[in-house]
Amino acid sequence: MEPLRTHQGLVYPLNRSNIDTDQIIPKQFLKRIERSGFGQFLFYHWRFDDAGNPRPDFSLNDPKYKGASILVAGENFGCGSSREHAPWAVQDFGFKIVIAPSFADIFKNNCVKNGILAIQASEDQVQTIMKNAEAREYCLTVNLEDQVVSDNEGFSLSFDIAPYPKEMLLNGWDEIGVTLTYEDKIEQYELLYK
Amino acid sequence: MQTPKTIIQKIWEQHVVHREAGKPDLLYIDLHLVHEVTSPQAFEGLRMNGRKVRRPDLTFATMDHNIPTRQRLTINDPISKKQVDTLQENCQEFGVTLADIHHPDNGIVHVIGPELGLTQPGKTIVCGDSHTSTHGAFGALAFGIGTSEVEHVLATQTLWQAPPKTLNVKVNGKLGTGVTAKDLILAIIGKFGVQFGTGYVIEYTGEAIRSLSMDERMTVCNMSIEAGARAGLITPDETTFDYLRGRRHVPQGEAFEEAVTYWRSLATDEGAVYDTVVEIEAADVEPQVTWGTNPGMCIPVTASVPTPDASDKPSEKDEIVRALDYMGLEAGQPISSVKIDHVFIGSCTNSRLSDLQKAAEVVRGRKVNPAVTAIVVPGSFSIKLAAEKEGIDQIFKEAGFEWREAGCSMCLAMNDDIVPPGGRCASTSNRNFEGRQGNGARTHLVSPEMAAAAAVMGHFVDVRQFTAQEVS
Ligand code: SF4
Repeated sequence: MEPLRTHQGLVYPLNRSNIDTDQIIPKQFLKRIERSGFGQFLFYHWRFDDAGNPRPDFSLNDPKYKGASILVAGENFGCGSSREHAPWAVQDFGFKIVIAPSFADIFKNNCVKNGILAIQASEDQVQTIMKNAEAREYCLTVNLEDQVVSDNEGFSLSFDIAPYPKEMLLNGWDEIGVTLTYEDKIEQYELLYK
Repeated sequence: MQTPKTIIQKIWEQHVVHREAGKPDLLYIDLHLVHEVTSPQAFEGLRMNGRKVRRPDLTFATMDHNIPTRQRLTINDPISKKQVDTLQENCQEFGVTLADIHHPDNGIVHVIGPELGLTQPGKTIVCGDSHTSTHGAFGALAFGIGTSEVEHVLATQTLWQAPPKTLNVKVNGKLGTGVTAKDLILAIIGKFGVQFGTGYVIEYTGEAIRSLSMDERMTVCNMSIEAGARAGLITPDETTFDYLRGRRHVPQGEAFEEAVTYWRSLATDEGAVYDTVVEIEAADVEPQVTWGTNPGMCIPVTASVPTPDASDKPSEKDEIVRALDYMGLEAGQPISSVKIDHVFIGSCTNSRLSDLQKAAEVVRGRKVNPAVTAIVVPGSFSIKLAAEKEGIDQIFKEAGFEWREAGCSMCLAMNDDIVPPGGRCASTSNRNFEGRQGNGARTHLVSPEMAAAAAVMGHFVDVRQFTAQEVS
């Protein structure tokens, strides 16, 4: 996993609430046994019509958002199925940061495991970002160390993140490798209880 | 005296392998259930790093999502087939027990865990599947995880987890006649919203919960995730112990009675404090139908589809407008006027023997409306056999239902069981998300009884009145 310290990128606003993982990546794409290549299927039925042609009225197809790496969405982002294919698709498409007023628990966890930073901001802050990004080419800088998101016009917000996921993201750690350094504790526990 | 604890805290504390400041707890996992969709990349990760499955004996796999329900042994879709074959190979390579497609134990992962007695009170249970919350019905702490976590559990039998907040959902009084566990959980989500459980583990308590059977408790806990909670559980009691006694994987004889003593000790202590408590009166709950594109968008069958003015929040107004549009409904239209063309009775929410029995009672001697394609998909192979032994399949078939093989089927339409674009389905499953049952398909979540009655009428009806009528 790549470490994530600071990131600057173009914002893509998706002003919908309760975006579930079935929308992020529909089930017909879950049959693959690989971990990569899911970006092409991101928001598939919103992006493409039944014949597979891009829907011009869906904003992600708007060339002005090409290359966006910061996704901003409404509350309860990533609800529903636990499929990690959802963050894989988000990441493979090019997003490194997701900002929303709230996230579903499993989705948020899955993000950390893949080096994606899910930032919880207030409804107002999210709406401000949305409006800016809808109106023009809008970039944000995210500093994970300081837990701050800012633009170069004076907007800034600070966000909360628990120490453990922060450390994981900053260092890009392989979590299993870390856990295996606690193997003696696991063995002890098993001897006592299992 | 010790501080009184909730069952959630008790199970948690008993499973902490390691605790240090600045980190979540390292939590031991007692049972890891595995299915074909969320595991291939996890096994691949183990292989790439030369790692083994730490406790194959605590790991149990099944295949359910891709399984065809007409002829279960012939998977036509080569990618589905590949996924199923991959699980087979992985289980063989890593020594994991698998209830494969040919095995009599095969079925939906959340149906067979309890059936086989793998699911037990006090256990920590995970699966790469959000409806793992189902197993909480037994007083287990059971939650869904992503594929990276699946790999982590395979390799270490543990997970780093921050202690959850606790939420008590108290259901006072008794459910009315003809009102089911499904209606109850839908009403709870309808009342408190699709994210009131986010960050929490729910404990369901109250008289109405106590009087539910195990099958019904599973229906309730199953949909905890639809309220945002990764886990929802119910303190075990006689109903739980009676269900478990004699099942294959539970302790037998005296050892079972010892286990019961331990299981009883898990009950939430008097005076224990939850982070949040919400209450609902069971008597107020009516049979529910979802009208929109998330499970919180539900109304009593006697009510009408909301209008966008029902909310003063602009974002919610938008959501209602979009949902009405997707669902092809008029604002303000009575839900009972909505005509359906598909009925699906199945899924890990409502595919157990008692679900099928109750739905069969509703259709007995009646006929499925000619405009409706109706299928019944039992949750497991053994449920299918048990139902056939009782002649339940005959009741459904005579009414015009298709009687299928076990699997996830039309709950997520990963196999061939798909609702066509624009089709409208009364479904006993748990998610009415856009496209869930097929691209462009419209899903209305209901109880098995309500689905059965809708199959006969071709539109939604209040099953309480429907069953009161004579069969003509
Ligand atoms: S029946 Fe549906 S919800 Fe349950 S495990 Fe299968 S796909 Fe998931």
